[in-house]
Amino acid sequence: MQALQKINSRFVPIPMENIDTDQIIPARFLKATTRDGFGKNLFRDWRYENNDDTKPKEDFVLNQPQFSGEILVAGKNFGCGSSREHAAWALLDYGFKAVVSSFFADIFKNNALNNGVLPVTVSDEFLAKLFQLGNANTLSIDVEKQTITIDATGEQEVFDINPYKKTCLLNGYDDIDYLINHRSQIEAFEAQLTA
Amino acid sequence: MAKTLFDKIWDKHVVQKIEDGPSVLYIDKHFIHEVTSPQAFAGIEKRGLKVFRPQQVVATADHNVPTLNQHLPIKDELSRLQVQQLIENCKKHHIELYGLGHPFQGIVHVIGPELGITQPGMTIVCGDSHTSTHGAFGAIAFGIGTSEVEMVFASQCVLQTKPKRMRINIEGELHNGVLSKDIILYIIAKITASGATGYFVEYAGSAIRSLSMESRMTICNMSIEMGARGGMIAPDETTFNYMKGRQFAPGVNQWEEKVAEWKELYTDADAVFDMEININASEIEPMITYGTNPGLGIGINGSIPVTDTIPDEGERKNIIKALQYMGLESGKQLLGMPVQHVFIGSCTNSRIEDLRLVAQLVKGRKKNEHVQVMIVPGSQQVAKQAQAEGLNKIFIEAGFEIRQAGCSACLGMNEDKIPAGEYCISTSNRNFEGRQGAGARTLLASPLTAAAAAITGVVTDVRTLEPVNS
Repeated sequence: MQALQKINSRFVPIPMENIDTDQIIPARFLKATTRDGFGKNLFRDWRYENNDDTKPKEDFVLNQPQFSGEILVAGKNFGCGSSREHAAWALLDYGFKAVVSSFFADIFKNNALNNGVLPVTVSDEFLAKLFQLGNANTLSIDVEKQTITIDATGEQEVFDINPYKKTCLLNGYDDIDYLINHRSQIEAFEAQLTA
Repeated sequence: MAKTLFDKIWDKHVVQKIEDGPSVLYIDKHFIHEVTSPQAFAGIEKRGLKVFRPQQVVATADHNVPTLNQHLPIKDELSRLQVQQLIENCKKHHIELYGLGHPFQGIVHVIGPELGITQPGMTIVCGDSHTSTHGAFGAIAFGIGTSEVEMVFASQCVLQTKPKRMRINIEGELHNGVLSKDIILYIIAKITASGATGYFVEYAGSAIRSLSMESRMTICNMSIEMGARGGMIAPDETTFNYMKGRQFAPGVNQWEEKVAEWKELYTDADAVFDMEININASEIEPMITYGTNPGLGIGINGSIPVTDTIPDEGERKNIIKALQYMGLESGKQLLGMPVQHVFIGSCTNSRIEDLRLVAQLVKGRKKNEHVQVMIVPGSQQVAKQAQAEGLNKIFIEAGFEIRQAGCSACLGMNEDKIPAGEYCISTSNRNFEGRQGAGARTLLASPLTAAAAAITGVVTDVRTLEPVNS
């Protein structure tokens, strides 16, 4: 996993609630057996007319060149529905390193963190403020300090992140390394279960 | 100290609690399928590892398989390769696979319980959000992502933060024509699609106790649709009677001992939950959804909310957008509205009890000529049982199309899809935009409400259907 310390970037706003993982990546694109290449189908059915990638829907934000950046800002309950990790892979592959919302679905949050995509939970008020900002604004996210800042105004919020997960993210460690290093403890646990 | 059912099972499975971090949680059973496992196999292989406890993993092919001609090679190349990859991975890592053609094949959340693999007190995971289904047996069961599938392959453990505890009590008697699907759609409509996020839910109360195992599975299955990490029901005589004699359930020699152990799995009288919700069963009517998340549901005789009167701006925008996608109008009733498709199947409602209920209703009737009806048993065993009980004959005479076991039109991944712009009353679990195919419009409902629409061709209150003249 890639380490993540700081992001400074413009952002892409999708001011919609309950964005489910079927929208992020529809099931018909889950036939691949690798983790690569999902970015081109990110938000596929919101992005293109009639499933035709030569016909971008002009009213969708990913097709509007004035919006760009490594940060996606979305309405509450982002990532609900299916547990497909392909949603996190698609966001990462497209170039997003963080998603900002006022509320995340549990499984998506875990999947994102396991891929080095940072879910940043902010207050409803701060989120509303972000949606009102013009597209030229940039945001700064500092993982160590757990802060998100609107660069132009200096307005800032502190976000929560589990200290263990923070260490993983800052250093690019993953949970699998941790678990493999604890196999002997797991074996001892198993022995006690069957005793 | 008094403990909840959830805490009793959780605490017993914690290998280690990381300071200021998640717990290392030991997993008893790991179900896998073709869609969310290949990258996890590739991951452990890249690390030079073997699956740590292959005998605790069970595989099937369900999501990306056709439901016609399963004996033939899969036509779609990518689907064929993905299923083939599962076969090879299972062979290489010595994992039991109930693949296409195997008598135990079927939807992962149907076969685990029906084979007796799912048992009370277990921790169960699968790379599928509807893993919550198995909680009906008094197990901690939840969906995980592919990185977590890889963790379980590597160590038989996952790192998990302990969720908060919620109890939903449903007391009293259900009205005629109200099924467990209506109970869960009612709960989600009441607390919204994110109302249980961060919680693990225990369903309790006399209305829950009175339900069969199949009905309990339907409720636990949709726990994720209100954001819950999982849902569970304390095991009782109904659970033990269901399990006894099943293929992989404990045998006669161990049975009494196991049942005694399972009888300890209940929430202590003075245990405290982080949240409790009380519902009177008599409030619940047959339910149907009108929007694009499972929380947007109403009673079958109810009306779609008048969007102008919704005070919260975010919610109002959401419903306006949903109605636009669905081609429906604010304030109107759904009752009497024509539908073009009926889908009876999915891990929510494809078990033998669901098929029996549908057969009972449609016996001696014919489907409406303007509706296409697809009925998809959840497993080869369900299909076999339906055949043996003569249900297939009833379905065929009614003009229903019977398919082979799989997830089918629940998720718009395999060949079974609903065309853009058309309406489908579906017994599945999600009505998201494009869920049943790009542009498809899904109305979630119970198997009885779906069957009633199959007969009339319109959204129907099953309680008003005229009896068949015999």
